Amino acid sequence: MSGVAQQVDGRRSRGFLPHRTAAALRHFALRGTAIVYLGLMVALPVAAVLTKGFGDGFDAFRDAMARPGAWAAIRLTLVTSTIAAGVNAVMGTMLAWVLVRYRFPGRRLLSTIVDIPLAIPTLVTGLMILALYGPNSVIGGFFDDLGIRIVFTPIAIVIALCTVSLPLVVRSVQPVLQELDPAEEEAAATLGAGPRTTFRRIVFPAIRSAVVAGTLLTFSRCLGEIGSVILVSGNRTGRTLTAPVFIFQLTSQFRPAEAAAVATLLFAISFVLVLVTTRILRRKEAAA
Amino acid sequence: MSTPIVVEGLTKRFGSFVAVSDVTFTAPAGAITALLGPSGSGKSTVLRMIAGLEEPTAGRILMGEEELTPKSVQERRVGFVFQHYALFRHMTVAENVAFGLRVRKEAKDVRDARVRELLELVHLDPFADRYPDQLSGGQRQRVALARALAPQPQVLLLDEPFGALDAKVRQDLRRWLDELHRELGVTSLLVTHDQEEALELANQVVVMHEGRIEQVGSPKEIYDEPTTAFVAGFVGSANVLHGEVVDGHVHLGSFRLPGADHLEEGSAAAAFVRPHDVRVSPGDGDTTAVVERIASLGWLARVTLRLADGDVVVAHVPNDELHGAAEGARVSVDLRNARAFEVPVGEEAGAGPVD
Amino acid sequence: MSTTAKRGARGGHAGILAACLLYVGLLLVLPLAGIVWTALKPGLHIVSDTLREPDVRHALLLTFQIAVITVLVTTFFGVIVAWVLVRQRFHGRSFLNALVDLPFALSPVTVGLACFVLFAPGGWLYPFFNARGIQINFALPSMVLVTIFICIPFTIREVVPVLEEIGLDEEDASRTLGASVWHTFRKVSLPNIRWAIAYGIALSTARAIGEIGAVLIVSGLIQGRTETATLFIFRAAEERQLPQAYVVALLLAAISIVLLLAIETFHHRQEREMHSA
Repeated sequence: MSGVAQQVDGRRSRGFLPHRTAAALRHFALRGTAIVYLGLMVALPVAAVLTKGFGDGFDAFRDAMARPGAWAAIRLTLVTSTIAAGVNAVMGTMLAWVLVRYRFPGRRLLSTIVDIPLAIPTLVTGLMILALYGPNSVIGGFFDDLGIRIVFTPIAIVIALCTVSLPLVVRSVQPVLQELDPAEEEAAATLGAGPRTTFRRIVFPAIRSAVVAGTLLTFSRCLGEIGSVILVSGNRTGRTLTAPVFIFQLTSQFRPAEAAAVATLLFAISFVLVLVTTRILRRKEAAA
Repeated sequence: MSTPIVVEGLTKRFGSFVAVSDVTFTAPAGAITALLGPSGSGKSTVLRMIAGLEEPTAGRILMGEEELTPKSVQERRVGFVFQHYALFRHMTVAENVAFGLRVRKEAKDVRDARVRELLELVHLDPFADRYPDQLSGGQRQRVALARALAPQPQVLLLDEPFGALDAKVRQDLRRWLDELHRELGVTSLLVTHDQEEALELANQVVVMHEGRIEQVGSPKEIYDEPTTAFVAGFVGSANVLHGEVVDGHVHLGSFRLPGADHLEEGSAAAAFVRPHDVRVSPGDGDTTAVVERIASLGWLARVTLRLADGDVVVAHVPNDELHGAAEGARVSVDLRNARAFEVPVGEEAGAGPVD
Repeated sequence: MSTTAKRGARGGHAGILAACLLYVGLLLVLPLAGIVWTALKPGLHIVSDTLREPDVRHALLLTFQIAVITVLVTTFFGVIVAWVLVRQRFHGRSFLNALVDLPFALSPVTVGLACFVLFAPGGWLYPFFNARGIQINFALPSMVLVTIFICIPFTIREVVPVLEEIGLDEEDASRTLGASVWHTFRKVSLPNIRWAIAYGIALSTARAIGEIGAVLIVSGLIQGRTETATLFIFRAAEERQLPQAYVVALLLAAISIVLLLAIETFHHRQEREMHSA
């Protein structure tokens, strides 16, 4: 053996402190940093909004909702978000299926395209929709001649929401599909089940919670969407004004308390939905 | 150059769960000591505490004269080999082995020479520039061993090192570790649930069960002279027969077995008899049985016998001692070297043949 | 399966594939093509013309500054938070975890509002900054803060699963070989999470560049001073200066596509890292 060992000797504790104290200090320093970071950057702002909106009771909320178009805005946001979530629940699952189970030229390209809304500014998405479906454009002009307006209607809102939230269900379902054991489906086939039955009874139950989670995420995303909607909806009070744009208007009118109240309402809706759904999912899993 | 490891009163609690309870033993210098036990017996926890990867709730650890307990992992200078290799996936084999030397700021040429030396020792010098994911499991474990040995530790700790490998590879590495140890003579502590491994490799075996030490002894001692029912049942296969203690014997229905002098008269007892201590001869005798099954295991046969009172006993009989016994035949059995242990109230210490 | 059944199945497959391609084509490909065409319709010179405008330059510069600061802050603290969440056990860990996901649950408008409320007269943090003459709202600081808020989850959510999956044994091994905790982190843990970090950076950059809802509220839309690229597009569209809006939008779209390729690559590498165990 070489002469390495003799020079390298078991050292005493390095530094000033016994190693346990140093370790504990390090632990708490890191934890403290994490807590302060998230506390200041996330918890504090959210608390500020909640306090501003409901700190003085329900007055701000009542004032805000008394404004013309307020309830219509909430309704419109809920309806369009539900439609978009529903559409993407179906299309997203189909896309996930196609990307995982099929082999075809351009599959990687399709996967990349699906992710475009994750990278592209929502405002640009809005502009894209204007460009394509606006009154002077190819598709928009065509429909316009038929008397069907697309932009500046709720239809445009739904299109915008579908576009910006397109990847969410796909990316929620895709990994789960990938992990599925093909043996289960093969067993079903040997027992005589056709592809549709197999999907309904074997595959779907396995991916159901991923679909639900993705759909919820989509809905939540759509509730708060502003960048694409603000350009294509026309923002007509009572007709095409969504809740986020309404909140923006209230803020521009220097009515932050009212804006905060409405914003809290939106947040509360997503929050409650998440709680309810996690509970349902947990109960289903426990029963399984 | 090698030092012994002394563990005194080592205890580890995780909340209300006691993983290790008052463990005391000495691992002699230059020897391989095996920590043998089923999963959950606390053996890995003991090893990790010696390494400093876990903090003991109570107890001391000494390496020779030095008290290890207040020292950090880094300061203890133990070599540790993990079950799943834990090689640094972003470094080459050579860089992995050199890691401990780099940390100690060894000079480059000294480092390189040592790495080469070790890679030759583990027969992996052509693989120096490969990455771990390019190696087989057995090769990875050899790299892990080389890496642990590079900084010349006083003690080598191995946590189920061959657990993740195929049977054949396991056997090869076992043999190879044995040779390596003979050459290097580093005090080694080997955690394993495989008793064959422990019996084959170790100079001393510490049998653990549910956080406690059951017995400490040489492989021969724990095999031939188990001091508790658990050791008798866990190490090697054994037939377990239940009966009552009368006059220094265990009474089992139609016959009795000696060896219960140390037990209380009238208490429940379990007698352990190894399969190779069950002698089978044709015809009638003191104790008779009917042959239920004969399975050929190559040069010996595994004979399942049903005794007069219904107990089932397994015998390992060399082929030339079978004397033409066939299934259904009546034979005479002689149960030798029975060891008796008391049975705690309410607990059946694994009745029946234990493999 | 019989031949007819197989053909039927294949037909069904083709149907599903066609539906998917149609959906994606209508919602993404066509509009993207539309923007390229609309932006370049007046001729290629429009690009250089627009880029020469001082307002545009300022907007792009501001977007760049905000993005850089955001990425630096969220990456540095994000790795710390991820580490603490995975390698430490303590009461309130799940609460901290929930905080990480909170930015995804809020509308950007709400984020902007929160910042506005905190730093406006009467807000909790107003006295502190006002006393020191630091302006937060309607200036760069507020725009950076809201963008950080929005980008907080990215790095953390990508690093956490990797840390959970791999590395604990390697870190233990490193310590038994004498490496300090910091040395272990640098040489063993960091290489394991580098692709996750890169992925998080790419996602955050794209999100920071595309931010509109929150900055719309806190910036005050002061042309030439607090106007990001997206705010420029917004104002230009409102003021019917559409050709300029489209060009800048096209520019941002191009940058996003490049970032998208980075996102895909890093995501791939991160997955490979996790499954190489």
